[in-house]
Parts: sequence; C-alpha cells; structure tokens
Amino acid sequence: MPFIFTVSPDFTPDHLSGWYIFNTWLQKQTDLPIHLEMYNDFSKQREAISDNKIDLIYANPFDAAMLVREKGFLPLVKPLGTSDEAIIAINHKNPINSVEDLFPGIRVAYTNDPDVQMIGMILLEPGNIEANNIKRVLCDTYVQVAKNIIQDKTDVGIFLAEAYDNLSNMIKKEMKVLVRSQISVIHHSLLIGPELIAKRSELQSILTNMNQESKAKSVLESLGFTAWQKIEDEEMEFMIDLMDTLVI
Amino acid sequence: MGTIMLKDMQPEDIVGNSKEIILELYGGLKRRVFVSEIETPYPDGKLIVSSTDPSGVIKKVNQAFVEMSGYSESELIGSPHSILRHPDMPPVAFKDLWDTICNEKIWQGYVKNLRKDGGFYWVKATVIPNIRKGKIVGYTSVRRKPARSKIEDCIKRYPTLF
Repeated sequence: MPFIFTVSPDFTPDHLSGWYIFNTWLQKQTDLPIHLEMYNDFSKQREAISDNKIDLIYANPFDAAMLVREKGFLPLVKPLGTSDEAIIAINHKNPINSVEDLFPGIRVAYTNDPDVQMIGMILLEPGNIEANNIKRVLCDTYVQVAKNIIQDKTDVGIFLAEAYDNLSNMIKKEMKVLVRSQISVIHHSLLIGPELIAKRSELQSILTNMNQESKAKSVLESLGFTAWQKIEDEEMEFMIDLMDTLVI
Repeated sequence: MGTIMLKDMQPEDIVGNSKEIILELYGGLKRRVFVSEIETPYPDGKLIVSSTDPSGVIKKVNQAFVEMSGYSESELIGSPHSILRHPDMPPVAFKDLWDTICNEKIWQGYVKNLRKDGGFYWVKATVIPNIRKGKIVGYTSVRRKPARSKIEDCIKRYPTLF
C-alpha cells in the first residue's frame, strides 16, 4: 500500500503538473511508495482525512489546525517567504475608496478557499460587513470573482492576494484594491501523518536541501517556490492558536 | 504578578496636551500615566499580535504592535501587558478577560489602548490561552481593526461600568 499524498484544492492551477513532478522526485529521494491523490474540492479531501486515508498533505492553514490537533499530524516545512494574504477589490468606477464606506447588504464574490474567505471577512469588518449581512456570490475561480466585479454583478470581491496579482493587467485595470492584508504569519504547510512520523527528520532534511541542487531546484520552481523552510512544532501551534482567534 | 515592575510614563514622551492619572492595576500595582485626546487610527489590513507568559508578561510582539504602541520591542518584552492599559477602560472588562482565559476559553472585546506618547487606539481584541500538553503555558492576543460603530457603542457604555 503506497502512502497517500494530497494537496489543498486551493493550489494555483498553473502548478498542477508541478505537484506531480514533486511527487515523483520525492519518491526517488526517499524510496517510499507515495501516490499523489488530487481532490477537486475541500469536502472530498476532508472526507479522506477523516477516514485516515492521508499520510502527507500540503495543507491550507484551516485544515492544518484540524490535522495537527485532531489527527496527530506534524509539520514538516513551508515555502520560504510566502504567506496567505487577501485583497478586497471593487469595480474601478465605484466612487468608494475605503472599506469603512461600504454598507451592510452588499454582494460579495468569493471562492471556497477557507483561509482567504476568513481573512477577507476580517478585512470587511471595519465597514460593519459581517457574514450575516451580505449577499454571497460563490465563484469557482478568482477570474470569475473579477468578472462579477467588472460586470457589476457584485459590489466587492475577496481574492487570494497572489491570485489577484497574477490576473492580467487588462482585468486589473477594471478594478481597484480597497485593502490588502499584511498578516505575514498565516501560511500553507506540508504535514505528515502518524504513519510517516518516523521519517520526519529525513524528510525535513531532504526538503530543506532542495534549493541546493539544480535538478531539485527546478522541481521547486515548478511549484512556484524558491525553497522549503523547516517548521518548528511551536511555530505551528502558534499559527493554530492565531487561526482560532480569527475564526470568531 | 510577583516582582514585575511597570515604569511610570514620562512627561517628556508625551505629545500634545495631557492629563496625569494614577492607574490602579491588578495586584495593588500603581502606575502614573499621561493621557491625551490624540487617536492613532488602526492601520488597514494589519493584525497586532503579542504573546505573554501565564502571568501576563509580554514574551513576543509583532511589528504592528511596536508601531501602534509607540514603545520599542525591548521596552515591551518583559513588561506586563497592562503597559497598554488606558484609564478609560473599566477594570471589569479585564476581570472578565482573565476569568475567561483562565478557564481555557477565548475572550473577545473592544479595547482602548494607551500609547507611550499618551495617545490612544481602539482595537477589536481576541485573546486565546496557549494550551500545550493540557496546560496553559501563556496567552496570545490578536487585535484587528474594529468597526467605528462598535467603538461609538463602547464610548457610551464603558463609562457606565466603573
């Protein structure tokens, strides 16, 4: 039976092949049978986690909390210098220039990314905008969020900052950013489950050395990362505590 | 609180007109503070984060904390968290905070904080006990930008709680 590796469904679509390349590389380095299982949505992936089918996961901060606290997962590494940040954007013709000028009852376009949704709602709080006083417009992709704003089908959109930055200039020209989060301490992380814990130090060493060798470096590049950085247990616990303060 | 010291505020650090007040803190601690009416607006998009030991002594702060409080990181580390206590905050709010977090629950509320320069800033604060191996090893406080209407409510309500 191979170990099962999965990636949070909010990964950038451009990096899909990168995760398969990474999985192949990892198997060669570790001599471990690892099968990459990609899930289309969060609920299917959470079902697999709940059934103890997952051994290795690139997890979003929301799921990381549950995996560590309830499922006995431990942190391995995170991508160097990256953090999950959100942006609130509106149509460029909208005269509003601050979140505080928004009003309850507005239409909010968003995707299913749980941490981006959470950060986005925190960014909207100064405008008295809360989950119970908005009209929700759920979108499959951030391009759809942008289209909804540009076509005036929604008043504001919540974006993963990285996804907003990667939109074409033509699309971005039609919108304006009201606020961008600068939280810095919330990030995705690679975690291992109980069946792989004996391999933790070996995996951390292999992963954190990837940027030292040219072939491994190109694997990292296919994921959009420059290096992996080790996560200490307390750092992960701190992030989970922090997430707990933000969900209420 | 043991032998933790909290220095009085210094007149030379104060910006603008201020009044002097003696604050009575938990554990019989007294502190001379100067307060002005100058408000520093909460910065958009940022969180102010700090961690303390179980007795409320600051162990860790982020850059937003340093910027908003007006103190340097070295002045903050090792100080009681009540270095930010503003005399307009009713003591009952902090009693509720400590009662809640000591019971391993999360506390949330709106707080007016005192800056080193005598000014103030409002936050929506959430405090969580850091539980490791079943034991409280400290607390983490995360503040975010509050809605102005919530602050207006507090400005009316807090003076009635003394």
